[in-house]
Amino acid sequence: MSTVAEAAAARAAATAGPDPVTFAKALTTAMADAMRADDGVIVFGEDVAKLGGVFRITDGLMAEFGDQRCFDTPLAESGIVGMALGMAMNGMRPVVEMQFDAFAYPAFEQIASHVAKMHNRTRGRVTLPMVIRVPYAGGIGGVEHHCDSSEAYYAHTPGLKVFTPSSVADAYRLLREAIASDDPVVFMEPKKLYWSKDAVDLEALRRDFDGAEAAERAEGRAAVVRPGTDATIIAYGPAVPPALAAAEAASAEGRSVEVVDLRTIVPFDDETVCESVRKTGRVVVVAEAQGFASVASEITARVQERCFHSLAAPVRRVTGFDIPFPPPKFEHWHLPGVDRILDALDELQWED
Amino acid sequence: MTIPAEAQAAITRFGISIEDYMLPVHGQIQILAEDGTMLPEDRRGSSPGHQYPVPTDRELLEAYRRLVIGRRVNDQNSALVRQGRLAVYPSSHGQEACQVAAALALREGDWMFPTYRDSVAVMTRGVDPVEAMTLFRGDWHGGYDPHAHHVGIQSTPLTTQLLHGVGVAHAAKLRGEDTVVLAMCGDGATSEGDFHEALNFAAVFNLPVVFFVQNNQYAISVPLAHQTVAPSLAHKAVGYGMAGERVDGNDIVALLAVLDRAVTLARAGSGPLLVEANTYRMQAHTNADDATRYRNDAEVQAWAAKDPLNRMRHYLRSTGVLTDDVETAFAGDAEDIAQQLREGLGSDPTLDPQDLFRHVFTEPTPQLREQAALLADELARDELSREEH
Ligand SMILES: Cc1ncc(C[n+]2csc(CCOP(=O)(O)OP(=O)(O)O)c2C)c(N)n1
Ligand SMILES: [Mg+2]
Repeated sequence: MSTVAEAAAARAAATAGPDPVTFAKALTTAMADAMRADDGVIVFGEDVAKLGGVFRITDGLMAEFGDQRCFDTPLAESGIVGMALGMAMNGMRPVVEMQFDAFAYPAFEQIASHVAKMHNRTRGRVTLPMVIRVPYAGGIGGVEHHCDSSEAYYAHTPGLKVFTPSSVADAYRLLREAIASDDPVVFMEPKKLYWSKDAVDLEALRRDFDGAEAAERAEGRAAVVRPGTDATIIAYGPAVPPALAAAEAASAEGRSVEVVDLRTIVPFDDETVCESVRKTGRVVVVAEAQGFASVASEITARVQERCFHSLAAPVRRVTGFDIPFPPPKFEHWHLPGVDRILDALDELQWED
Repeated sequence: MTIPAEAQAAITRFGISIEDYMLPVHGQIQILAEDGTMLPEDRRGSSPGHQYPVPTDRELLEAYRRLVIGRRVNDQNSALVRQGRLAVYPSSHGQEACQVAAALALREGDWMFPTYRDSVAVMTRGVDPVEAMTLFRGDWHGGYDPHAHHVGIQSTPLTTQLLHGVGVAHAAKLRGEDTVVLAMCGDGATSEGDFHEALNFAAVFNLPVVFFVQNNQYAISVPLAHQTVAPSLAHKAVGYGMAGERVDGNDIVALLAVLDRAVTLARAGSGPLLVEANTYRMQAHTNADDATRYRNDAEVQAWAAKDPLNRMRHYLRSTGVLTDDVETAFAGDAEDIAQQLREGLGSDPTLDPQDLFRHVFTEPTPQLREQAALLADELARDELSREEH
C-alpha cells in the first residue's frame, strides 16, 4: 500500500519550481491574507490564539492581527458556532475552528438548525458569511473521537456548502473562497494531509485570488487531477492521494485511469464528473468515510442516473467499513488503500 | 431557596444552614501546609458548616501508598509513550491526590465516571492497569468492563460522561439503591453545555451525584481566566441549588475529608454536590502538546513546591507513621505495577482484524457480515501472494 507521503512526494516532484509548502501553511496563509484584505474576518475557537491551534493552522494570526481578531473562546462548540452566527449576522466574517471532527458534534444543533437555515428562514434577508473549519478523517493514528469522517452529516444538510481540499494549492484557494462566500461553508481539512508538501507559489495564488480579473473559481468545480481514458476514480479529501497512487499502479498494468477530485462536495460538479465518466465508461468512487448512506453513495447514484448508458459496469465504491472509526492499531485495515482500489478497478467487467 | 425535604434532613444532620451549606468556603479547604505540617483548625479555610474531620492515620497511610503508585504509573506511562508503546497518555502528574481521593471516597457499589486524564483514579478503583491503558495503546477504545468495577469508560468528548453518571444515579435511585456516583471533569470542560445540563438534571431529580472538578488551571493552552469569570468553579453549584466546595487539590488529607463528606451527604439524600479541587497540570496536555508555548517555567516551578506527594510524605514522616521500611514497601508496590505496565505494554498485542466488525451491534447486520467476509478474503489473498513471493 502506498502511503500519503509517497503520493505527496510524487506530486511534489512532478511540479518543480517554488519551494515546497505544506498544506497547513497554505491554510494559515489563506486566513492571514483574508484577514489582511478584510477587517471583518475574525478567527476564533479552542486553543487557536496563543497556541495557534492544536495543528498550528492559526499559528501567528494572533501575533499579527491582535487578540480582538484571533482569540480563544471558552470550551464550548455550540457557543463558538452560535456566536459566529450572530457575528456573521452583524457584519463580520467569522472563521471558526472545531478542534477535531467529533468535537464539532456539540455544535450540530447550531449548524443544522440555524447556520444552514437562517438564509432560507429569513427569505434571504440574512446571509451568513461564516466558515466552520473541521480537521477530519483518519490516517494519523488518532484515538477514538479524533478521526471521524463527518462530511455526510453536513452534506446532507441543505444550506451548507461543504469544501474539502486535497492539494496544497486547493487548500489555499478553497479557504479563500470559503471565507469570501456569502453562504456558510463547512470546511473539511483532511488532517493526515496537513504535513503534505507541494511546490506551490502562494504569491501567485494570492495574486490570482485578489486580482482584478476574477480568477477561475474552485467552488463547484471538480478537478481532473490525473487524466486517463479507461476508467475514472472519483474521490475527495483524504481519499485523493490513495486514488492517485492506485491510478499510478494501474498504469503499470496498462490501464489509463483518470482521477477526479471533487474539491467541493456541495456544490457538486455533475458536469466534470459526468464528462469523465462518459469518456471512460468505468467508475470507482473512493471515500474514507463509512459507505452506508454516505457522500460516496450520492456520487454513485448521480453517476448511474446521469451516465447509465455510458457505463460498461456498475459503479463500484471503495469506502471505510460501516463501523465506528477503529482504534489506531486497526485503522490500516479500515482505510481504503491502493490494493482495495485496484481490486475494485479489476472488477469493472473489462472482459465484456 | 427551596430544597427537597430529604435534602433538608440530611443537611440538618450536619447542623448547618442552607446558605452555609450551598456556598463554598472563601478560600479553599486545606489541612496540610505545603511543607507537610498540619494546619491548626482555624487556618484550614473552614467556616460554619465547612469543618472537616481529619481522616485516620491508617487511611492516610493507605492514601499515601496509592499516591506513590499513582505517580509511578504516570511516569511509567509517559516513558512508554516516549518508547512508542503507547499512542498517547494524558498524564495526571501533579494531580495524583485528586485521582487517589476520588477512588478512595467511593464504596464498592458506587460508580465513577472518569475522563481521559483519570487513568490513575481508574486504576486506584481496581481496574487492571494494562486493561486501562488499552485506549492509549490503541488496540481498543476502552479495555475494561465498566460493570466489573463500576467505572464508566474513560470519556474524551468533554462532560458527556457527567450526564451518563446522572442517569446511572437516577436508575439506582428509582430502584431504591444507595449508590453514589462520582462524575469527573476538568476546569475547561465546565464551559460545555453538557456540564450545565448534568448539574441541573442531578439537582432537579435530587440525585446522589458528586461532581468532582479537577481545576488544573488549563484546558490545553487556555487558562482558567478565559473559561469563566465566576468567583470559583465551586460557586457554579449554587446556581443549580446544590452545594459547592473548594479544596486544595494537592492536599490529599483535605481531599479525602471533603470528598468523604460529599459522598456521605449524597448517600443520605442531600442531592448532588460539586467539589472543585485546585491543582495543576504539571506536564503538557499530552505528549503531543508543547506547554512552553503558553506558560512559563516559573509558574510550573511554583506549583512543584506544592507537590502532593512531598507534602504527604513529610507529614507522615513527621508523625512517625511512615518509616523507612514502609517507604521501601510502598516503592516496591509501585514498582510492581510499573513492571506490570512495562510487561503488559512492552509487547505488541495480537490483533484480529475481524474485531473491526464485532460489537457494532449485539448481532452483526447482514452488511457487516458481508464486509467482514470481504476483508477476510482480501487478507487471505494477501497471505497467498506473500507466500508466492
Ligand atoms: C467536546 C470536546 N471538545 C474539545 C475537545 C478537545 N479537548 C480535549 S481535552 C481539552 C481540554 C480540556 O481541559 P480540561 O477540561 O481543563 O481538562 P484537562 O485536560 O486539563 O484535564 C480539549 C479542548 C474534546 N475532547 N471534547
Ligand atoms: Mg484543565
